[in-house]
Amino acid sequence: MLQIRNLTKIFSAGTGNERKAVTNINLSVESGEFLCLIGGNGAGKSTLMNLVAGTYMPDSGRITLERKDITYLSEHKRAKQIGHLFQDPLLGTAPNMTIEENLSLAYLRGKRRGLKRAVSKKNAPFFKEQLRLLDLGLEDRLKTQVGLLSGGQRQAITLLMATLAAPTLLLLDEHTAALDPATADKVLCLTENIQRESKITTLMITHNIESALRAGTRTLMLQQGKIILDIKGKEREEMTVERLLRMFRQKSGKSLNNDRMLLS
Amino acid sequence: MTMIAFTGAAELGLIYSMVAVGLYLSYKILGLADLTVDGSFTLGAAVSIMAVLAGFPAMGLIAAALCGAMAGLITALLQTKLGIQPILAGILTMTALYSINLKVMDGKASVNALSQSTVFSFFQSIFTDGGKLIFVLLILLAVTAVFVWFMGTQFGMAIRATGDNESMVRSSSINSNLTKTVGLMLANALVALSGGLLAQYQKSSDTSMGTGVVVIGLASVIIGDVIVGNFLFAVTKKRNIITGVVSVICGSILYRLIIAFVLQHNNHPALRFLNITASDMKLLSSIIVVITISYPVIKQKLILSSKKRRLKNASDS
Repeated sequence: MLQIRNLTKIFSAGTGNERKAVTNINLSVESGEFLCLIGGNGAGKSTLMNLVAGTYMPDSGRITLERKDITYLSEHKRAKQIGHLFQDPLLGTAPNMTIEENLSLAYLRGKRRGLKRAVSKKNAPFFKEQLRLLDLGLEDRLKTQVGLLSGGQRQAITLLMATLAAPTLLLLDEHTAALDPATADKVLCLTENIQRESKITTLMITHNIESALRAGTRTLMLQQGKIILDIKGKEREEMTVERLLRMFRQKSGKSLNNDRMLLS
Repeated sequence: MTMIAFTGAAELGLIYSMVAVGLYLSYKILGLADLTVDGSFTLGAAVSIMAVLAGFPAMGLIAAALCGAMAGLITALLQTKLGIQPILAGILTMTALYSINLKVMDGKASVNALSQSTVFSFFQSIFTDGGKLIFVLLILLAVTAVFVWFMGTQFGMAIRATGDNESMVRSSSINSNLTKTVGLMLANALVALSGGLLAQYQKSSDTSMGTGVVVIGLASVIIGDVIVGNFLFAVTKKRNIITGVVSVICGSILYRLIIAFVLQHNNHPALRFLNITASDMKLLSSIIVVITISYPVIKQKLILSSKKRRLKNASDS
């Protein structure tokens, strides 16, 4: 379970460029929940996610994961429990290493890295089986350098790497936004399958309102660093894109100023 | 080339190849331009020659490697804990080491150990002339075996991944500061061991012997990669740590052979006007590094300008 209490992050505090990215956010996410975060540019979605991941440290507030305080824990230490995917598919994999080496590296998440062989033959069947689930024909290419693969293939492998050593929390920062529509659908589908199977608590940022309502179990809308909408269950099932946009106008007093969101 | 000149070049090439392996780790694998090398090479030589004078030549090599690792640790801490840019961190350590090296050598700019026995003495007494070469080969074999083994371990792979994609490494719960630190320590240990070996090989060491070693090492890494690395890739269809290490070692030997060849033929009519002497070799090394690193960029520019010309000619006609 992820608990966020009074979390605040202000960039360039005290200067003319001061920007309150996240202000006083309270959020509790039950284990196994799949949250979709939407909101315009600069709404604070990515900042919130980076605060949870440890990329930024908050100004005030508290974050606990499974009852453990992780507010100021360094990024690599909390990565033991957190898988993180970014928009750029190049960020998640090491291009000059093989698929097998990348998976082996990710498989050791949270464990001590010692002087044992990095690539163990005994993991190969498991890796192949996991790659087969991606359905991209990568299961026979364990020795292929990741740099030779397409963006979609790399993002699918990153997703596999993030979930291979089952984390407690999975953070997806628009992980399908840089892919072509067909590949994006496929990666999103894979994400839902993996989440359903492993029941990992998941936070996903998306610009696509439709998938924010269709995928996952709960939808959150952010505006100016605050949560302005939080729906789940029946209310969410009955929600349509049009009604959501209308609610957004009512709550924020203005229309969604985001082309990408309106177009999608 | 005479046999003596060839053997000498091979011996030097093999000794310096440990610098090349160290730079292969810090420059090629970790992607850090580590200038500590000039200082840690001399540090290794200074520690080693003082140990020879004290009568412990073998201990001298071990101490040289350990001191090199400490120098690498300092540079790494400056980078990771104090936020100093990698290049400057190396320069700071290198500069500080100049004073330290003088202290190690009792304040003398150069120290000789002509009459003392070194690590080479035993092998020379058995194998006479070939003794030096055999000993250097043995050390190099042991060092590269350990290096290749280490880079294939879980921790070694974390080091390789750090140079490849640091953000991915951190999100895989690896402390990238630790992997960089261990990498720089190992690289400088290799460099200092090379310096220590050279000091005992020539039975002397002086405070300026490390000057330009980083460029010589880079030249070896690049020559090895371009000539031997590409050849090995064509034959084995592989680029891994083993082919990489073999390439840079061959690169180091090739570099020494090129230098020996140039120096031997500097009286040749075609070269005489250049008046090349041993002291011009650092200039040559720099030129080699500049040409080989900039080669892809220059090639691109030439291709682009020929395309422009063709387009212009086509629209003119």
